[in-house]
Amino acid sequence: MSLLELRKLNKHFGGLHVTNSVDLTLRAGEIHCLIGPNGAGKSTLFRLILGEHHPGSGDILFAGENITALKSFARIHRGLSVKFQVPGVFKGLSVRQNLEIALQSRHRGAELDAEIGRLLAFLGLESEQTQTAGNLSHGQKQWLEIGMAISLKPRLLLLDEPTAGMSPEETHMTGEMVQRLNADGMTVLAIEHDMAFVRQVAHRVTVLHLGQVFAQGSIDEIVADERVAAIYLGQAHA
Amino acid sequence: MTGFLSLFRRLEGPQTVGRGPGFWSLFALVLAVALAYPLFSDGYTVGNTVYFFVWVFIALSLCVIWGYGGSLSFGQTAFFGIAGYGYGVLTINFGSAYGFTLLALVIAVAIAALVAVLLGYFMFFGRIAGVFLGIVTLAVTLMLERFMAQTAGPEWHIGSARLNGFNGMSAMPPLTIPWPGEPIVLFADVGLYYLVLGLLVFVYLALRILMNSSFGNIIVAIRENPERAEMLGYDVRKYQLITFVIGAALAGLSGVLYTVWGQYITPSSMGMTAAALPLIWVAVGGRSDLTSTVIGTLVVLAAFQALTIYGSQYALVFMGVLLVLTVLIAPNGLVLGVMNWLGRIATRLTQRAG
Ligand SMILES: Nc1ncnc2c1ncn2[C@@H]1O[C@H](COP(=O)(O)OP(=O)(O)OP(=O)(O)O)[C@@H](O)[C@H]1O
Ligand SMILES: [Mg+2]
Repeated sequence: MSLLELRKLNKHFGGLHVTNSVDLTLRAGEIHCLIGPNGAGKSTLFRLILGEHHPGSGDILFAGENITALKSFARIHRGLSVKFQVPGVFKGLSVRQNLEIALQSRHRGAELDAEIGRLLAFLGLESEQTQTAGNLSHGQKQWLEIGMAISLKPRLLLLDEPTAGMSPEETHMTGEMVQRLNADGMTVLAIEHDMAFVRQVAHRVTVLHLGQVFAQGSIDEIVADERVAAIYLGQAHA
Repeated sequence: MTGFLSLFRRLEGPQTVGRGPGFWSLFALVLAVALAYPLFSDGYTVGNTVYFFVWVFIALSLCVIWGYGGSLSFGQTAFFGIAGYGYGVLTINFGSAYGFTLLALVIAVAIAALVAVLLGYFMFFGRIAGVFLGIVTLAVTLMLERFMAQTAGPEWHIGSARLNGFNGMSAMPPLTIPWPGEPIVLFADVGLYYLVLGLLVFVYLALRILMNSSFGNIIVAIRENPERAEMLGYDVRKYQLITFVIGAALAGLSGVLYTVWGQYITPSSMGMTAAALPLIWVAVGGRSDLTSTVIGTLVVLAAFQALTIYGSQYALVFMGVLLVLTVLIAPNGLVLGVMNWLGRIATRLTQRAG
């Protein structure tokens, strides 16, 4: 069964055709990685899915419902959630308050405190909870934003370069976390340049190039594809 | 009792400076002094204090919209004027019998709030934000000032209330509480003082609870990062609109109380200078904190009035210098800076003691 279906999505920025008739189907329960060179249109595709940009033409279906015209917050209520490429935390507020704002619509009172505590432990940010989020390291901000995104218990989690700025160990831990969330039933779509991460988690991979779906398959099929090597993996990664 | 305690706990939180027995003892002391003060003073001085208090409401309105909500409105004076004129028109037409002045206060504030719903809807759902929001709100208040200034002719009246152009509207009845025997008329001295003080304490405490609630969390989240707030499922524009309307109602309350205090209102209350002054009070005090805003406004107003004795040009220069100093030394507000510093000393002392 498909959870998300993009049908012939087109988006122009002036003369730039950022997404060119993109068709993409996510199966419920899979971890899907989206890769491709810088400027391929990956982040733009996320913004289309989330309703921050509106496509010139094409449709977005989520769990069978056409959500193309829905406002962003309404799409979140349907079960979408995102971690952005540039960490979008509430910089002037404490780590704890960041999580409280994410959790407060589903929990109240003592239960809310308990949830915050659990999430802080899960993210390894317990000793940073009173710190201002803007003072965290880049990696910690990533963790915090991932924490906020998963606290909504989404059906589909969108991760835009979740491991940027992380050490190989932290990247591996992030991969394990994604797998754990997936095992609990969360579908994941992740944009990632780190091929070790992609190899660790991806069930399927889609390559985006110049706004078009260039290739799709398992990680082994993608790595073996000479055309992909020529446009992306050749220079980005061995 | 537990209900009272839980209400008390909701007054404190990350969004407001000042917590614990120390702060609330000080609060009680200040309140006691404020309550006792008219007994040791003359009517004129008490009336002058009411005048200071009246401005605190418009300062709080800006604190809510700008300091907490992150939208810089330059036109809170528009709501001040609308409600002030509203009160004048209503009471000049319908008088003060049967407690109508109190109803007129409520209606006038509601009119300001209603205008804010319309204007806010157009701005927030039209995605006007940042500098443009400041420009639109400023344009609205200046337009209202210009409009009211040209209503001198006798053709400009609503019922029996003449708008009177630049000279403004006057002689509206003061607030009058119906009472068996003789109604209590709140002239601009002790009577009005206790009413306004009561309103001030109520609004301050209510805003503390609101800002430390989940609603307060959402509006500061929108200030910090509207995109992230939307991506947590919050309808950002709806919350911005609600915040704007709350702020407009507070500015409107300020306008009605001002009109009641002096029994007049003029177009210049919506002009450029009037629009700029609250921004300075709030910026100097500390826009992101209610207590700092209240203290900052009262201190700056008192200093302004003291300097005006030597000439109002000096007073305005002083305000400019104060604003520049604030921006350079303590961008988040001078009073807030001092309060945070005192807070740090207090924690250090308690740590050493414990
Ligand atoms: N709001 C915008 N207005 C105009 N052009 C834009 C906008 N957003 C993105 N672009 C352009 O669209 C193209 C695709 O950008 P996008 O951010 O989607 O790429 P990406 O695949 O995420 O790249 P990266 O791997 O560097 O993050 C780029 O050329 C970018 O400059
Ligand atoms: Mg990108």
